[in-house]
Amino acid sequence: MIEHLPILQVVVPMIAAPVCLMLVNRRLIYLFSLAVCWLSFAISVALLGQVLDQGMIRYEIGNWPPPYGIEYVVDPLNAFVALFVTGIAAVVMTYAPKSVAVEIPEAKQHYFYALFLVCLTGLLGIALTGDLFNIFVFLEISSLSTYALISLGNSRRAPLAALQYLIMGTIGGTFFLIGVGLLYQMTGTLNLLDVSMRLRELALVDEEGVYYFQQTRTLRVALAFMTVGLAIKMAVFPVHNWLPNAYTYAPNVVTSFLAATASKVAVYALIRLIYTVFTVQFAYDLLPMRFELIVLSLIGIFAASLAAIYQTNVKRLLAYSSVAQLGYMILGVNMINPSGLTGAIVHMFNHAIIKGALFMVVGCFAYRLGSVQLDDWRGAGRRLPWTSFAWVLGGLGLIGVPLTAGFVSKWILLMAFVSNENWILAGAMLISSLLAVVYIWKVVEVVYFSEPSPKVLESKEAPWSMLVPTYVLITVMIFFGCHTTYSAGIARRAAFMLLGVPVE
Amino acid sequence: MTMAEIFGLLNYWVVVLLMMIGFYMVIARQNFIKKIIGLNIFQISVILMYITMGKVAGGTAPIVSAEIANRFAHHEHHGGTGHSHADKKANLSLRDDGKDHQFSEGESLSDANHHDHDHDPSVSDEFHPADHDSHDGEDGHHRPEMDATIYSNPLPSVLMLTAIVVGVGTTAVALALVVRIREDYGTIEEDDVLERDQVSP
Repeated sequence: MIEHLPILQVVVPMIAAPVCLMLVNRRLIYLFSLAVCWLSFAISVALLGQVLDQGMIRYEIGNWPPPYGIEYVVDPLNAFVALFVTGIAAVVMTYAPKSVAVEIPEAKQHYFYALFLVCLTGLLGIALTGDLFNIFVFLEISSLSTYALISLGNSRRAPLAALQYLIMGTIGGTFFLIGVGLLYQMTGTLNLLDVSMRLRELALVDEEGVYYFQQTRTLRVALAFMTVGLAIKMAVFPVHNWLPNAYTYAPNVVTSFLAATASKVAVYALIRLIYTVFTVQFAYDLLPMRFELIVLSLIGIFAASLAAIYQTNVKRLLAYSSVAQLGYMILGVNMINPSGLTGAIVHMFNHAIIKGALFMVVGCFAYRLGSVQLDDWRGAGRRLPWTSFAWVLGGLGLIGVPLTAGFVSKWILLMAFVSNENWILAGAMLISSLLAVVYIWKVVEVVYFSEPSPKVLESKEAPWSMLVPTYVLITVMIFFGCHTTYSAGIARRAAFMLLGVPVE
Repeated sequence: MTMAEIFGLLNYWVVVLLMMIGFYMVIARQNFIKKIIGLNIFQISVILMYITMGKVAGGTAPIVSAEIANRFAHHEHHGGTGHSHADKKANLSLRDDGKDHQFSEGESLSDANHHDHDHDPSVSDEFHPADHDSHDGEDGHHRPEMDATIYSNPLPSVLMLTAIVVGVGTTAVALALVVRIREDYGTIEEDDVLERDQVSP
């Protein structure tokens, strides 16, 4: 049983999804999905423990040896990704029933649970698989279920946002597929480790110890296509347009889950692509990718943070903030040193928790007030004190105040910029954090320091079944702000592994 | 670039052309259905690219010929591993429980690859990591049972079966969403939809 954990991680939610459609009782469907999510979480904890203990696990599906068969490879990096994806899924699922009851029509609720599990399957598949084409398939599985989940939103703009995302997402997925094809054409294999071995054979070192490659036009095109494809999926600045609409009009539960996990998994795929498949030398010496990605993420950080400040819809505000936060991760990935990469990985984890918690807070407000417009939240601090306080705590995390998880990752990233003597990036990071203060404070001010709106006066505190999961995430966030062995520690191990240097 | 090179890459030109047509439709058309058609053309161009990649000039469908299968069956009978069906043997030949067969299979693949590169200028000349051992075939001391049968590479076609399924799924979801948009807005023109949202949010 224990040696089959890598495949169980993906297969358990996959098999559970159609079972959801067969169950009749709505309560039963919920309890079943909840059990599956927590079971997945337990599996990922066991898997991470196993990996940290014994090192990389290679699982041959159906006993077909790679490169003929598909292989699942679990190392500290993707075990960590799987851990927070399943963790967020479990907490969001615990939080879901009340929110789903008001936002999704009764006849469609069972679809929500099934699609949620399919989406989870897709994200976990991307994380654990060691096969390029498998990544594409899981990317599409998660994307297709995401489109359907977004269209469950109760506004008429939800299907429109879903369709816009579908068009962008399909182009992104197809770009990735083109890249996979070109890579296969040149290497004759789809296994990630096998591809990387064959690419390494190409690397030559000249007398001065500089790497260079020969005959790489097809490979360069492949990397370019795959990077753009993944950039669309994670909403890097110029191709982020689908994200604010999708996050705004999706049901709150869906947004909490997607904002916390989907884009992070795409970042993971990019890290895997650059550091494991193509080598750092290939990706950064041969293509000007590093400069471009840094410039785009910088523009993204500022443009999105400024856009967030002017939003009156809180979900849209947080969506823009997500685009900005993603920029930090890309910056970290492009530092090519252990601390930059550590920062990027741990920021994936911390931001997943923080953004998940904040969107859950929005869901609590929306449950009582029936609106996510900032105007309707006026004075909510008096009637919904716990919900409002959760916003303050989550907001502090997003800004990166010490003792919250956000501080840890921003600090590591800042140290990476400083050690690279990249003062522009260090300054940009500090200034953009101030922009985060502005948009978080804007909501705090409305919630605490204005006269209550009529809607607020009629409402009361959000139900405990929603508040408790929210506070669980907030507590986790504060815990990882004080104690970093299991966040930054693992991320550091993963970063050293990716760079191929022994842990100091 | 000579005429031979241009026509040798004919499939790839078609791929690029289809891809750009599809891409243009997605970007330029306002009608959602036309956008989805564009998206389909875009995806189909990739399918053509993969199929072209797998085709080996002069190669046949990758099915083990009856003659070879029989010989394997005979061989196995002496080896006594307990398998009697010839076709079953052929299927197993890629697995590690039949070392000889795996080897000969590998040779046939690299043979095919080699052939491919001779005829397909799109594959670069300096870099063939996939066929390190293709020289065996060239020197003529490959095993007698391999004959000169050349197979096309089946893997890209198999991958495309999956991609087609994904494409159909995407189209189905997209059409379902368009139906919903038509119900809610009464139009499937993107600018009309956005205009109506401006008027009554």
